[in-house]
Amino acid sequence: MNIPIYLDNNATTPMDPRVLEAMLPYFTNKFGNAASRNHHFGWVAEEGVDYAREQVAKLIGASEKEIIFTSGATESDNLAIKGVFEMYKDKGNHIITAVTEHKAVLDACKHVEKLGGKVTYLPVKEDGLVDLGELEAAMTPETILVSIMYGNNEIGVIQPVKEIAAIAHKHGALFMTDATQAVGKIPVDVNVDGIDLLALSAHKMYGPKGVGALYVRRKGPRVKVTAQMDGGGHERGMRSGTLNVPGIVGLGKACEIAGQEMEAEAKRLSALRDKLQNALTELEESYVNGNVEHRLPHVANISFKYVEGEGLMMAMKDLAVSSGSACTSASLEPSYVLKSLGLSDDLAHSSIRFGLGRFTTEEEVDYAIEVTKKAVNHLRELSPLWEMFKEGIDLNSIEWAEH
Amino acid sequence: MRVYFDNAATTALDPEVLKEMYKVMESQFGNPSSIHAHGREVRTLIERSRKTIANLLHTSPAEIFFTSGGTEADNTAIRCGIIDHQLKHAITTKLEHHAVLHTLQAMEKAGAIKLSYVDVDDKGLVDYNHLEQLLQNNERSFVSLMHANNELGTLTDIVRVGDICEAHNALFHSDTVQTVGHFVHDLSKLKLHFMVCAAHKLHGPKGVGFLHINHKVKINPMIYGGSQERNMRGGTENVYGIAGLAKALELAYADMQGHQAYIQDIKSYMMARLTQEIPGIKFNGETDPEGSLYTVLNVSFPEMEMADMLLFNLDIAGISASGGSACSSGTDIGSHVLSAIGANPNRPSVRFSFSKYNTKEEVDYTVAKLKELCMVNA
Repeated sequence: MNIPIYLDNNATTPMDPRVLEAMLPYFTNKFGNAASRNHHFGWVAEEGVDYAREQVAKLIGASEKEIIFTSGATESDNLAIKGVFEMYKDKGNHIITAVTEHKAVLDACKHVEKLGGKVTYLPVKEDGLVDLGELEAAMTPETILVSIMYGNNEIGVIQPVKEIAAIAHKHGALFMTDATQAVGKIPVDVNVDGIDLLALSAHKMYGPKGVGALYVRRKGPRVKVTAQMDGGGHERGMRSGTLNVPGIVGLGKACEIAGQEMEAEAKRLSALRDKLQNALTELEESYVNGNVEHRLPHVANISFKYVEGEGLMMAMKDLAVSSGSACTSASLEPSYVLKSLGLSDDLAHSSIRFGLGRFTTEEEVDYAIEVTKKAVNHLRELSPLWEMFKEGIDLNSIEWAEH
Repeated sequence: MRVYFDNAATTALDPEVLKEMYKVMESQFGNPSSIHAHGREVRTLIERSRKTIANLLHTSPAEIFFTSGGTEADNTAIRCGIIDHQLKHAITTKLEHHAVLHTLQAMEKAGAIKLSYVDVDDKGLVDYNHLEQLLQNNERSFVSLMHANNELGTLTDIVRVGDICEAHNALFHSDTVQTVGHFVHDLSKLKLHFMVCAAHKLHGPKGVGFLHINHKVKINPMIYGGSQERNMRGGTENVYGIAGLAKALELAYADMQGHQAYIQDIKSYMMARLTQEIPGIKFNGETDPEGSLYTVLNVSFPEMEMADMLLFNLDIAGISASGGSACSSGTDIGSHVLSAIGANPNRPSVRFSFSKYNTKEEVDYTVAKLKELCMVNA
């Protein structure tokens, strides 16, 4: 067992050795520029890219012509949102998203607002799911895009994307989904789900960092986005820049492996996750955040009441876990996702995201249970609040003196 | 024999760079934004890489921002530099790489700016007096002039342009993709506001580069989401790529003079051999070592039958070269650079670009093949 145990697979995943192996030739003898159209080195690189495009497309039920390679999901999210906003501005200027989206989507939407767009940020229900009635009510004739993530990065809830897509389409809007956490973990099919644009990233599914893709529907309807980076006109003019050939090959391989192993792996991980969750919710005053029926198989976000958040992370230093999204973890702010479910700042701080992965073993889960239980129990022993709670004092009724 | 003479399109990864990257890919997989040990380990790696790069370029790490490559860096500098400083006028030449030219043209088309082109001579050299005039006759401008032209190798005097831009309070961006790691850039002296790097042009990995932003200018991000790169560029960092980029630059600076002398020697040798063996051969762009990039040689062949088959035949002979920029090769519209300097379209042009891995034997082989091809088709 390697200490600290890595249970932060929603932040990033280790690269699968099979992915690394697939990439290596493209670092050495197959180093050509995929855009070099008149010699051997270019063709070999292009072949690698073409094959990867098929592998990615296959995993999400798309055609290879619908895959645009990018530097990652953040760039894909930016390209989709800003690109649709610019391309469809004659049609309308309204975008609908949700408050629990990843920063990449929220910040791109804020930028759209600066450019004169209107954005509705839908609240979510207590279980983290979007209220379809509220979505329907928010739709206007000006709405050009609905952007709702597939699986949430902090609590793992899976949104009813099929229903959301149907509502968007009924009102003539496009549906985009940030599926960074879902692709490769659960079946995602752009046609079954009615997805028009989809962002994905390699490093969340055992591929390399620095590469991702944007799916852009070509038929029914044919979707176009305005390029956000101009240059040599790569990726059918939607994304210029020399292709990251080894990275793209790695993404392709990661998609292929995920597709083959998804079913068995989801079963294995959800069993381990449930074991962890059941053991930890045996602790008094611990709660699972988000809908547990519609949830990614490898994630559990658990709040431990009456435990001081920073102390908890310190006491759990044998586990690499996170109390929220990595992309905002340096900020020390409580998770905005948990807050939007109605959690207080304190409770949001004392919540832990456990993200299991392909290389997580049962032994590690057992150890994680032990470490977490010990940490929570120890901190509660030191906590006056816990003492008061045990004495039956209603903490909400106390008026705290200001310091 | 397989000869790779297309190093301006991309270069082979240096095995030392791969070694550095392999370590990271194999075992240092954390997300640099994570605060646990896995995250902190790679955060340190990124910041160490940034420092290495900053030290080599004589600037502060705070001025180096990692990107997915040269195109993203150019786009960020141009789009955000212009918009965030409310500039309405930009100056460039028709010889720029498409990452610059198409970006400026898109902004012009969108009505965001007026775009002026500086005159260039038949070798692609910028007319500095015309640049001064354009700056005098317009409001505050954004100037984008590449350091070395990727097709011709002609150099721009970026020290001089920096002085001119300073005198006119203009913002100066230089696409230095072809020269970072091939020439010394001292950012403590150069009057540049933005310069860019793509690792794969200096034996580093594809998919990573950086944008240098002078501390005197502030811009907003182009890619939003997450607080990476001090809020300048959202997205999980390409950790292994960044480590590879730093290593590649370190290796480039370790013996730059030796590197330069070695490659210049190959280039000069090829020029001499071609002149000797093929009557009527000419060269496009500046070829004087003082004014040109030593890795690039653009050869203008005598008019011949089946000129468009020249590259194809070279490939069959195992020689990889290019008709122009890789980024627009395959579009069959010909080189925008060659047409901008008024090159004779009936004379086929081929760009040969060299690296430290090339040899004079490869030149001999290539010249012999070229001679055959010219004789057959003459």
